[in-house]
Amino acid sequence: MSEAGTAYTLPELPGPVAEPPNPDGSATGYRARHTLRLRVELARQLRRRRTQLTLGFLALLPFLLLLAFELGSDERNRRSGGLVDLATASGTNFVSFALFASANFLLVVVVALFFGDTVASEASWSSLKYLLAVPVPRHRLLRQKAVVSGLLSLLGLVLLPLVALGVGVAWYGLGELVTPAGEAMSLGAGVGRLALAVGYLALHLTWVAGLALLLSVSTDAPLGAVGGAVLASILSQILDSITALGDLRQYLPTHYTLAWADLLTTDVDWGDMTRGVFSALAYAAVFGLLAFRRFATKDITS
Amino acid sequence: MRQDGFRSPNVAVVPPPPRRRRPRRRRLAVLALVVALLALAGIVGWSPDDAEPAPIATRDVQIDVVDGPAKDQRVQIDATFYLPERVPAPAVLIAHGFGGSKDSVADDARELARRGFVALAYSARGFGRSTGQIALNSPDYEVADAQQLLDWLARQPEVTTDGPGDPRVGVTGASYGGALALLLAGTDRRVDAIAPVMTYNDLVQALVPNAGTNGQVTARTPAAGAFAADGVFKRGWAGVFFSAGLAGGGGTVPRHEAPEPGQRTPDDSNTGGTGVPQGGSGDGQDGGDRPAAPSALPSTSGPATCGRFRPEVCQAYVEVATTGRASPAAVELLRRSSPATVTDRIHAPTLLVQGEQDTLFGLDQADATARQIAAAGGTVKVVWYTGGHDGGAPGPALRGQIGDWFGAYLGRQDGDEPGNGFEYAVQGALRTRGPSVRTVVSPAYPGLEESSDTERRSLRLSGPAQVVLSPPGGNPAAISSLPGLSAVPGGAGLTGGLALDPPGQAATFTSDTLESQLLVTGAPQVRLRVSAVPGQPHHGEAVLFVKLYDVGPDGRRTLPGGGVAPVRVTGLPADGTPVEVTVTLPGIVRPVESGHRLQLVATTTDEGYANPVEPAVHRVELADDAVSVPLVPGRRASGGGLPAGPVFGIATVVVVVALVSLGAAVRRRYSDDVDKDLADVPLVISELTKSYPGGLTAVDELSFRVERGQVLGLLGPNGAGKTTTLRMLMGLVRPTSGEIRVFGRRVSPGAPVLSRIGSFVERSGFLPHLTGADNLRLYWAATGRPAEQARVDEALEIAGLGKAVRRKVGTYSQGMRQRLAIAQAMLGLPDLLVLDEPTNGLDPPQIHHMREVLRRYAATGRTVLVSSHLLAEVEQTCTHVVVMHHGRLVAAGAVGDLVGGDEATFRVDDAERAAGALRELAGVGEVTVDGEVVHANLAGLSRSAAVAALVGAGVAVEQAGPRRRLEDTFLQLVGEEAVE
Repeated sequence: MSEAGTAYTLPELPGPVAEPPNPDGSATGYRARHTLRLRVELARQLRRRRTQLTLGFLALLPFLLLLAFELGSDERNRRSGGLVDLATASGTNFVSFALFASANFLLVVVVALFFGDTVASEASWSSLKYLLAVPVPRHRLLRQKAVVSGLLSLLGLVLLPLVALGVGVAWYGLGELVTPAGEAMSLGAGVGRLALAVGYLALHLTWVAGLALLLSVSTDAPLGAVGGAVLASILSQILDSITALGDLRQYLPTHYTLAWADLLTTDVDWGDMTRGVFSALAYAAVFGLLAFRRFATKDITS
Repeated sequence: MRQDGFRSPNVAVVPPPPRRRRPRRRRLAVLALVVALLALAGIVGWSPDDAEPAPIATRDVQIDVVDGPAKDQRVQIDATFYLPERVPAPAVLIAHGFGGSKDSVADDARELARRGFVALAYSARGFGRSTGQIALNSPDYEVADAQQLLDWLARQPEVTTDGPGDPRVGVTGASYGGALALLLAGTDRRVDAIAPVMTYNDLVQALVPNAGTNGQVTARTPAAGAFAADGVFKRGWAGVFFSAGLAGGGGTVPRHEAPEPGQRTPDDSNTGGTGVPQGGSGDGQDGGDRPAAPSALPSTSGPATCGRFRPEVCQAYVEVATTGRASPAAVELLRRSSPATVTDRIHAPTLLVQGEQDTLFGLDQADATARQIAAAGGTVKVVWYTGGHDGGAPGPALRGQIGDWFGAYLGRQDGDEPGNGFEYAVQGALRTRGPSVRTVVSPAYPGLEESSDTERRSLRLSGPAQVVLSPPGGNPAAISSLPGLSAVPGGAGLTGGLALDPPGQAATFTSDTLESQLLVTGAPQVRLRVSAVPGQPHHGEAVLFVKLYDVGPDGRRTLPGGGVAPVRVTGLPADGTPVEVTVTLPGIVRPVESGHRLQLVATTTDEGYANPVEPAVHRVELADDAVSVPLVPGRRASGGGLPAGPVFGIATVVVVVALVSLGAAVRRRYSDDVDKDLADVPLVISELTKSYPGGLTAVDELSFRVERGQVLGLLGPNGAGKTTTLRMLMGLVRPTSGEIRVFGRRVSPGAPVLSRIGSFVERSGFLPHLTGADNLRLYWAATGRPAEQARVDEALEIAGLGKAVRRKVGTYSQGMRQRLAIAQAMLGLPDLLVLDEPTNGLDPPQIHHMREVLRRYAATGRTVLVSSHLLAEVEQTCTHVVVMHHGRLVAAGAVGDLVGGDEATFRVDDAERAAGALRELAGVGEVTVDGEVVHANLAGLSRSAAVAALVGAGVAVEQAGPRRRLEDTFLQLVGEEAVE
């Protein structure tokens, strides 16, 4: 405490304002709808190492994939393999592979991280109560945090394919997007389809967002909220792989994770994607409403 | 007691308000949840109907028929009659593949019966438990039998009829059975619709094909074959075929299913394959599970090597198999059994299903049938699917399409008739999870109408003239595919990579690298020039096997479909004069990716064919330097647009969420609760109680009031309920009952009046990755209030952190965080400052400083509420005090009232003497002795006078001060706590 010194000066404090001018009884200048504005929350989150590392990793991943392809077997364009062989066909193919490789787990983790951590970490730092004492109305606090988490997730979701596109085009050229069904699409059409795929993934991952948000307001441990959401996703994927469950599997939130692959054809079948969006939004709505309800009525004790 | 007086009657004790909001909110939330769950249940709307299928009634029947050229041979046909739920209904006659029996099509029959058709599955003569011998779909035998089955169907009351003796009937079957469907439809006008699958048009061209012609190929269809005479014997397949007729078991139609669009996992496909017997259900199939009874030595005499074949069929096969050439008699016999003889008389709408993986009956066979039916004015639709004799039986979607075909033409379904058209399946070269297949739809099969023509692209080939030799004995032979591998699922995939050309026997011509993807759809054509090499052995004719490879950038070759085009070029002059021949390559559907090349290879041998045994040398060169590749543009069969159920579901979810949000917003708007009389009172707490489930009551009926300018100390031992009270004051914890009013406004979570409170409760809350200054700035930014109101500088000055404000909070000590937290609470100079144990972790000079700050703060007319468990702290800092214990209020009042007054305490060496001296002083009231300490009510006398009197009496005074009644009480409380 040496830097604090011992010689204190006491500033002159002005007297209080005679009467609060706001009809709702709040302090001068206070407006509930001005509290915790998006750019403020965005600044709070963007300056966190966690956010920077996550986004940085998403930007780095395409380079890692590229490195793996370059270091790995040079048997390119093998016809019998999977999307891995497809990956090096062109820049857009590289993007579709990057999405395919990350959709099942990595993007789930990213979304779960941004949404699961957002309230729980404030609780763990005890800063949550001071935000609520501002007061940021509880519904507004959760909404602003959810919006910012959504923006960050979307940023990550766009960053990965964008960097992959740059890397892919630089290494594998501006060739056609060759689809798993054996069709070829021009670069422009391919990029358009991949953009739609990112859009679908963004909608599909809302169920993870909803669940992570619900867990985030239910616990003071950020790791618990993030891990819980990821665990639920893994569990759902495991159940989805049990074919004996038959049609019951379509109630699993992860059942339509790969429906965006339907976009990689000339005539798109929107059926599974529509089902996937409905499934995700339904889960997201239930989890999200529960999260808001829980947060609105909960006692903040951290 | 004074504290009773302090529990001021002027505080309006507000009765606990009726608490009806909470249940209503809960009801709303529950309602929202129910609606959302219902919406989720709407997903049911998109689930396919997977109800247990209704049991199909079956009846085993033996039908006596008379056939033969003279109509004098009695044969008993073994059949099973499948009845749908509702009869009468149109019938479908189901013929089996070569080597099968009625049991191998039982599943198809059941499926059709489930669709509402009466199905009749039967074993053809010479197969299963039917009597008679195999005559290879001869018009005199098998076709005559089938006609009598139609008679039989017409007599059944369960079958709809078009007229007397004329049943409403469709015919389907795969391979051998498909040919019967064509032959029957061309022979008997009573047939109303047919769906032949992977079958032949001309058995001669199927078994002894010649894909090279000296003339032009005039057909303009995509998969037209040359169908020239004097072909090369397809030894491998013919043998498989013939042996299936010998033993009866086996079967030539693959049992596993071909991949279809929409299948994601390979294990989804191989269920319910055709030909899997469904025994044990007690529906009269006893014995049906056994492989069809082989009658190795039929009673009707003949050599054992002929099995159940009719003698003339057997003889023809033996002749072709041993010589490798078909005699005119054998050709005539095969031709009579070929649908080509009757296709011009087929008027029943025909769904021609042909496999893209079929080296036995290739796409050229269906192509010829389609051309012939269309030329005669019939309705024909062509479907190429991913299977075939090498690839697999039709999958569920294709079987459904066949059912729809019958539904449309036999009057079971309303809606449009499918009519003409063309669909082909494209199997992707690369796969994610299992095969990925798409179906391309074209409005018509090109080349059938005068106006339509198949689009063809000429792809440049290059390569010099090459000399190829035919090895003696035809061995070693090139390998293109292996007949019978189709028995293994995925075997077709194997054959593609199996291709092998022995060196010296192959002439190779390669295209340029493709710039963009090329979807080959049908039979490519190429013109070759073949000549004898003077001075080298030759026999006036050459046999070549021409094939087209897809070569990847890494040089890996794939033979799409596994097929080769066998070509017999006759009339080769010995002087080396070349003969030009147009070769129709096997029909394929193959997306050739950009970066790949096509490679045309002509070999002198092929393992699947009867190779010439005499050695020979020939020269092969390109006549046109190009291969003509057919393309059929079309659109992808779409999935039927957006499914209505999920779209409605999405809308429901959006509406529910919007309504719930709206409801919550409206409820919040009307939650203000003001008491105007208290508008100037910083804090009034009435009857405040907080109890937790489990019986713990943290705050119990607490009531007190704080006025402007006061520094109120909330004093109590740890666990007294101080922090819980402050949390309720901040709107963090909801009271169980009672209320808190700040400036007249009832405190609830997020109440706007909370903006007039600055607080520091229990622990500081900072973002560890930000500096102290940034934390304060961001905190103020979060309030959304104007920056000039914050007074960050004053707050930082008060905190006295110096340069440390530019360090990350994560590096701060407990005391530094504490001071920063107090600075944060003071941001904006709130009217009510609430500090919980503010001096914890501070060193004495800082504590002193803090006291001064709080006093000055209150002096401006603002109010300070401080909690502490240290009496001395409260005594020195506060003007007023509230003592709490176990959540209850114990004492309250001005600090001066509670700690000071007229009573004094002296610590002396001789207490008794001191007491005596004090009692002698005039006006002094009660005097008590407590060990070394003497308490006295001085009643106006100054303590200094009392000390002087004591010194005068010879008493040594160690200490003199006001008597601390509060301390006594408090110590008592803390003591209790310690004992507990």
